[in-house]
Amino acid sequence: MGMLSSFANPHRFLALSNWLAPLFYALAAMLIGWGLWQGLWMVPKDEYQGGDIMRVMFVHVPAAWLAMASYSAMAAASFIWFVWRHELADIAAKAIAPLGATWTALCLATGSVWGKPTWGTWWQWDDARMMSVLFLLFLFLGYMALRAAMDSRQKAARAGAILAMVGGLNVPLIKFSVDMFTSLHQDSSVITSEGPKMAAVYLWPLLMSGLGHSLLFGALVMTLMRAEIWTRRAARQRARLLAGA
Amino acid sequence: MSPAPILAAFRQALSEAWAGGAGALLPLGFFAGAAVLVPLGIGTEPGMLRAVGPGILWVSLALSSLVTLERIFQADVEDGALDLWLQAGAPVSAIAAAKTFAHWLTAGLPLALMSPVLALMFQAEAGADLLTGALIYGLGGLAFFFWGGVGAALSATVRRGGLLIALIALPLYVPTAIFGSMAMSGAAGGDSAPLFLAASTLFALALAPFAMAAALRLAAD
Amino acid sequence: MQLGQRVYSGDDVQLLTASQLGILRGERVLFEGVSLTVAPGDAVMLRGPNGAGKTTLLRVLAGLTRPEAGAVSRDGAHHWVGHRDGLKPNETPRAHLKLWAKAWGADADIDAILNEMGLFRPANVAARYLSAGQRRRTALARLMLENRPVWLLDEPFTALDAEGRERVLAMVAGHRQGGGAVVAAVHGDAGFAASREMVL
Repeated sequence: MGMLSSFANPHRFLALSNWLAPLFYALAAMLIGWGLWQGLWMVPKDEYQGGDIMRVMFVHVPAAWLAMASYSAMAAASFIWFVWRHELADIAAKAIAPLGATWTALCLATGSVWGKPTWGTWWQWDDARMMSVLFLLFLFLGYMALRAAMDSRQKAARAGAILAMVGGLNVPLIKFSVDMFTSLHQDSSVITSEGPKMAAVYLWPLLMSGLGHSLLFGALVMTLMRAEIWTRRAARQRARLLAGA
Repeated sequence: MSPAPILAAFRQALSEAWAGGAGALLPLGFFAGAAVLVPLGIGTEPGMLRAVGPGILWVSLALSSLVTLERIFQADVEDGALDLWLQAGAPVSAIAAAKTFAHWLTAGLPLALMSPVLALMFQAEAGADLLTGALIYGLGGLAFFFWGGVGAALSATVRRGGLLIALIALPLYVPTAIFGSMAMSGAAGGDSAPLFLAASTLFALALAPFAMAAALRLAAD
Repeated sequence: MQLGQRVYSGDDVQLLTASQLGILRGERVLFEGVSLTVAPGDAVMLRGPNGAGKTTLLRVLAGLTRPEAGAVSRDGAHHWVGHRDGLKPNETPRAHLKLWAKAWGADADIDAILNEMGLFRPANVAARYLSAGQRRRTALARLMLENRPVWLLDEPFTALDAEGRERVLAMVAGHRQGGGAVVAAVHGDAGFAASREMVL
């Protein structure tokens, strides 16, 4: 069964993730917990940004970061798989997609929740971040739908890789065009609170929250990858048994 | 390597798309639908129509691309013609680009050429702007067809892949839609918007064929 | 898998060589370790039940399907007549042959070929109105557009009547005599004279 054992047996990854994932979960829990505590109770509210509801920023902004970063990671993993055909890269891309989609949806949901009481609408077309993230959601969903529609694991990997790379090359262009579009409508530019404008009292909880979310994301990716590795092993085992019988 | 297979692919796609004049009905259909249904739906106040007109035409272009492309690659997979094109002795990317270009000529360009008429119906001012508008819709539609072609090629083996094509293509259409509408409104984007539109279309023309080729090889596998 | 004795010893030139081909279908191994060499004058018949992988093997030889293991090397161009004919619903036999003659840059007498293949009367009839046998003849007619050393045929006799089958046998015999070779997947009893068999 020479062909089948060419599946690079990811002992190292499994060994590493065995302790790294729980560590990430623990750190994430602490960081997110601290970020939430700071964000929900400790820091003062900013009336200009909507009062108490703006505290949702401590989830909304990290979610936006993760949406962008995870798509880039998915595109990079797809590229690595496409060139070197290392199966672990494909497994990584497949694992990132639903998680990226979830954080993207979370960003959109928290953005809507922030927007409604503050500016009266569930959706702001002139918010560059919301628009970019919305299109990222479509990119993630398209990737997942395409993979699911393919007949076999190998075809799903190839199709996904093509789409992720095309998407990855387009993301900077999409972001650029969206930024250009929204900069025309300065007056209703909302939900800024980023960059040097932000007071230090907000910055630290935000950064810690961002780090916590990233660690949680990483831990979940590792968990999904482990599950996928075992699923593939089981499928191969089953195929071997069926062929042998 | 000779250009003969590429030209042959282009000519065949063109004649398939026209197929007894049916190819021309599609863009006309979208055009008519847009021109008639939208004012009925949203009212006939001139200022509003003038503002909405360009957006309606972009939507028509996008829909036209998605509907035509859904069939081209899938048909080739199903009747075995794709196998022949893959072995025709020319780069698959060039063949895919030729087919996509042929479909833009029959389903995208007519809409761009008819855009001055639609603009006038939507209360635009008559003038040279209408002609530059046609150029802008032409460039934009070309990008739509090429990105849509990537979606169509990836979905060529999927039954009823229309929704999947739309889901894949929509984010890829965004820069074109934004630069195109900015160019049309001549807003603060001003002179740079048409240049960005041209650049993003060139980007599509450069990248999409290779993605289509990879996807078509996958579809035949 | 059995590979019968080669009948023609022939030249050292190998028109087509496949070594240690392996194909997965999902997680299942369809076949592995398949090797094959094709020399001028050869005819290799692929036999086996449905789903055994005859079509897949042909597609690997043609370069349409990527094998999970092994490699194929080709010395020269090949003709492909697959399971599906490659005809568009509105395409006539004449248009089909003209298209591919143009695409391949082949200078061929289309009318003579149509006559040869018994397609004189339906030459200008759209494929949707043709019988399966007529469509098959059209696909096989492509073989005459240009001279290529290797013919890869997937169930060439499908839908053909006795006259059609005779025609195909004659075409193949002529091709082999001219130094060409054929690899064909076939069902049932039909087959070429003095050929090797591979059972999948």
